[in-house]
Order: sequence, then C-alpha cells, then structure tokens
Amino acid sequence: MTPPTASHEPPTLPIADTPALEAQGVTMVYGSGATSVQALIDVDFAVRPGEILSLMGPSGSGKTTLLMILGGLLHATCGVVRVEGLSLEGLPDSALARMRLARMGFVFQSYNLFPALTALENVQVALELKGRDLAEGADLLTRVGLAGRLRNRPKQLSGGEKQRVAIARALAGDPAILLADEPTAALDSANGRAVVKLLGELAHDLGRAVVVVTHDLRIGDLSDRVVRIEDGRIVE
Amino acid sequence: MNGTDPLRPPTPSFGTVPRSALPVAARFGPWRTRMAWLLAWRNLAHDRSRFAVTLVGIVFAVVLIAMQVGLFLGFSDATTVIILHSRADFWIAARGTQNFEMALPLDKQALYQARSVPGVAHAERLLVQFGPWKKPGGGNEGVLVVGSDLNTGLAGPWNLVAGRLEDLRQPDAVLIDRVYMDKLGVSGTGVATEINGRRARVVGLTQGIRSFTTSPWIFTALRTGQRFAGLDAEQSNYVIGTFAPGADPARVRADLTRALPRADVYLSAQLAERTRDYWMFTTGAGASVLVSAVLGLLVGSVIVAQVLYATTVDHLTEFGTLRAMGAPRTFIYKIILGQAAISATLGHIPGALVAMALAKGSELAAAVILIPLGLVLGLYWVTLAMCILASLVSIRKAMGIDPAMVFQR
Ligand SMILES: Nc1ncnc2c1ncn2[C@@H]1O[C@H](COP(=O)(O)OP(=O)(O)O)[C@@H](O)[C@H]1O
Ligand SMILES: [Mg+2]
Repeated sequence: MTPPTASHEPPTLPIADTPALEAQGVTMVYGSGATSVQALIDVDFAVRPGEILSLMGPSGSGKTTLLMILGGLLHATCGVVRVEGLSLEGLPDSALARMRLARMGFVFQSYNLFPALTALENVQVALELKGRDLAEGADLLTRVGLAGRLRNRPKQLSGGEKQRVAIARALAGDPAILLADEPTAALDSANGRAVVKLLGELAHDLGRAVVVVTHDLRIGDLSDRVVRIEDGRIVE
Repeated sequence: MNGTDPLRPPTPSFGTVPRSALPVAARFGPWRTRMAWLLAWRNLAHDRSRFAVTLVGIVFAVVLIAMQVGLFLGFSDATTVIILHSRADFWIAARGTQNFEMALPLDKQALYQARSVPGVAHAERLLVQFGPWKKPGGGNEGVLVVGSDLNTGLAGPWNLVAGRLEDLRQPDAVLIDRVYMDKLGVSGTGVATEINGRRARVVGLTQGIRSFTTSPWIFTALRTGQRFAGLDAEQSNYVIGTFAPGADPARVRADLTRALPRADVYLSAQLAERTRDYWMFTTGAGASVLVSAVLGLLVGSVIVAQVLYATTVDHLTEFGTLRAMGAPRTFIYKIILGQAAISATLGHIPGALVAMALAKGSELAAAVILIPLGLVLGLYWVTLAMCILASLVSIRKAMGIDPAMVFQR
C-alpha cells in the first residue's frame, strides 16, 4: 500500500498520517450569474487508508459533486484536493486520468458495465487499462463471490451480482482508493447491505480507503465514519 | 494554496511523475489492444441488424468501386491489346498519327529504310484500317481491319476457337471475335459478307479480343486487308519489326527516327502507353469511369460514417465510463478505429468476391472487367481508409463527452 509517490515525500513525514484523500476548503459553484448553483461550500474532508466512510445527505445536497471533485473528474471552484498527499491543482486532464487509473476504482449507481462483455471481460478491460495480467480477472470475481458467473453477460445477472462485478472491476489493479456513488440505490436492502459489507471488508482487510455515497440511512452503521452533508455544507 | 500548510513541502505534481505510477505494461498502453479489439468487435456484433447494414453498405461500395476500376482496367487493356500481343519490338507510323486505330498512310519507302538500319533484324508492313462491314442480315457496322503478314505471325490474331490461321491465306478470308458475332450479324464460320463493298468470308473465330472503340477488330492477311482498303501491295500505315539480338532498343530507335524523318518510331511499350493515354485521358472516357468509382467511395463513406456514428452514440455511456476509470484517449481511439477496421475487413472480403465473380462473368461480354489481385489488395486499403475516415466523426463525438456524465444519470 506504499503510495507510488513516496519517494517525493520527505522521510520525516509518516505515510500512515497522510490521508488517502483529502479536501480542504472545497467550494463548487455550477454556472455563473443569476442561474449559478452553490453545490459545495467550504468543505473539509479526509479519508485514511483502511477506513470506510459514508457520505450521507438528502438528494441534491452535493454528494456526487464532492465525489467527482475527489476523483479529479470535476475542478473545484476553489479549495484543494490531495490524493495521497499530492495536490490535483493545475493537473491536465490526461494526468488526472492517469492518477485515477493508477490510484482509484469507481463504482456507479447504475453499474455501468459493458453490456456486450461477460463479467470476466468487464473486469479484464480494467486490468488491461492498468497494465495487469488478464488472468487476475477470475480471482477478483472470486473475491466478490462470483466465481460461478464469469461467462455471464450483465443482462443475465441480478442487480446485486452486477454491482459485485462492478466492484471487482473497480478493484482491478489494487487501487488504494475506492469511490462509490450510491452503489446500493438500485438494490434491495439485503443486497445493498451485502455490497456495503463487501466494501467494508476491502477497507479493513486490504487497507483501502473507501468512500460510499448514499442517502440510505441504514447503510451508515456499516461504515467506520459517517459524514453528513446538507445544502453543500458538512454538518457533523 | 499548498503553502497554507507549513508541514507540507512543495507538492510534486502528478504531471511530472504520472507514468511511473503505473506498472510497466500500462506505460506502453498503445501496444496493448486485446480488450480494445474485443470491445470493438462486441459493440459491433451486439446490434446484429445494424452491423448487417454496415456490411451491406461496405460491400456495395467495394463492388461499385471494383467494377468501375475493373472497367477502367479492362478498357485500358483493350486499347493496347493488339500492340501488346504482337511480338514486334518497334512500330513506325506516319508523323502526326494521333491514335492507333486512325493511322495515316505511311510512305512506301519506309519499309526499305527501316530494313537498312543496323540493329533491325526484321521489318514488315501492317495495316490497321477502318471500314464498313455489311451485316448479312442487313445494315452496316464499322470495323477495324488488321492485315498482317501471315508468314511471320509478328502481329495478328491469337486465341483461335474456330478455324485455323492458315485459312486466312484464302482470298477474302477474315477472322472475327466470338464476342462480336451478334454485333456483326454472323452466326458462325463460313458466313460471307462485304467489307468496304468487297467480298469477305468468315473462316474462323477468336475469343476475347475486344476493341475499346465500338468497332470490332477483323483479322486478315496483309494483302487481303489492302484489297479491302483499295490499296496496292506497297501501301500500309505501319511498319513493324524486331531488333537484332543484343541491339540496344533505344539506339536503334534513334537511328530509325533519323532514317525516317517523316515518321514516328515507337517501341511497343511506348506506343501502347500513348494509345492508352489517348483513349483513357484525352477522350475523357477513362475519367468518366473513374468519377463513378469516386462516387462509390463517397456513398460508401457516408453509409459507414452514419452507422459507425450510431454505434458510437449507442455506447457513449461506456466511453464515459472508460474515461471516468482513467482510460487514456488512445484506448477510445483504438475501440473506434477497431470498429472501422473490423467493418472494413468483413465488408471487403465478400465485396471483393462478388466483384471477382462479376468480372469472371464479364469474360464473354463486350466490355471486360479486369480485377487483378493488386486491385483487390489496393481496394482493401481504400476500404480501410474509407472506414477510418468515416469513423473520425465518431471519435470527435466520443472524445467530446464529459466523463462526469456517468455520475449524473
Ligand atoms: N452540472 C450541473 N450544473 C448545474 N447544477 C448542477 C450540476 N450538477 C449538479 N448540480 C446541482 O448541484 C447540487 C448538488 O448536486 P449533486 O452533487 O448531484 O447532489 P447529490 O448527489 O447529493 O444528489 C444540486 O442542486 C444540483 O441540482
Ligand atoms: Mg448523486
């Protein structure tokens, strides 16, 4: 779990103290003038390796916006985002993409699997992108309990199974950080809890930093820490 | 803003170290293509009916282009077939002769002057003369009579499928090509008619010797041809011949040109090229065929562009997902170009087969379509280029999406 950029950090700074993901004073304004929307206001936020954190709040409170900013998919209007201690400020899109590829895995509410590919091939796309051995695909699917579904297309899988394929895909290449946007919203509560439990195990057993966005209050008790957000502000 | 935290040293940027953050194999991403090809293929195969439309469009374009270029090659071949099938090394024609079929009368002395040039092994007269053919069933048809020296066989008919060359020694005897039997109103050998008001009799048939003009070739003996044209035995419009072994063609040609100041002297290949250029480009006949080929290319490109674009739009969310995951642009290019390459390949193969079958079928028709292997291979590159060009619109679309879209559904 040594960050690849460790050699650029001074030796006096203990790595365990470095948050995997950190936002400082992040403010996001969509649009400009009269129609502008303040989606985030002065948000401070951090998640450490080995920790699963729930980002909760009502619909429209800014959860997705924060997640996209943390993932380098959206530039904050002001504030700093650091990934393993490195600021994303001023990085070009191509460098942000490489950062995501190397350090992050994403899980989406609507799974976003490739419908024409099998479960195994879906994972292998991520493995190829990350320069890993395609044979790791079967292990990853086994880890999420889908050893028997390797050759099935998404159409042939249940919602819970699809989300587990998506998690296996996000795990390809051992990313230090997992970001999941409402991964349980399309699932029933049993499947939803199973998915969040799986994410919790990844954090605790493998030392990943996991951020789960949800507005489902029942998920909260499965995570180490809950951060509440309302109208773009963190309320604790 | 990093300066706000005194514990944090100036932050190294991902921009300066990014590639080292990836395993070695991923740093050479452009060469890893297995999953990109798979996605390209599956995305196409996912919607079978649309893929079928793409392929039909490409097949259509390939056949159209192959036919037009094949016609061009067939025409171009037909313009030079008499010249290139002769064993003559050089051709002498009266100065000012514009095209092969319409040569002006040549000076009688030309034959003897040619024979006296060192390096010339043999020279003989050849007649190529336009004349009216009276169709046995009524009506007239213009024909091109080739009267050649039967003793040498230097120029003259080949591919006989009925009768013998020797039969041309009979007075009035001519050979026609099977392709033109209908056109000339001839049902078979033995039919008698008139050329230029003089008696002619069909003693045999050749096969596949087509004329580029609307006038069929008629083969006969030099003397018979001269009689049809009302010329005496000393008159012709060509002198053709061969060089002595070891002679330098360019030098002998230069010597011939000097010895025959009122004539043009060509090597066979030169005359063939001149004749081909005259028909294909000076007359515009070739250009019109090539314009059709270009139209085929345009129509094909538009069809392919449309369908590839629709496929891309269908899979836009997937491209967004890939971008969100951090896939480099090259990965997206590879998928879309892969789709283009797969479509081109799978469309080209049946297209080329259909074109070759049609070319085979044209062997008995008046206009032959020639599809050599080089054309088939060249056409593959054209098809590939067409599909790749057509996919550029899709690439623009796929690259224009904001990866954030995948979170906002
Ligand atoms: N692209 C956008 N343009 C303008 N406003 C947006 C955009 N995306 C989100 N918003 C607004 O920002 C606020 C926060 O949205 P979002 O982060 O999606 O909330 P959540 O995920 O908590 O439901 C909402 O008021 C939403 O309407
Ligand atoms: Mg949201």
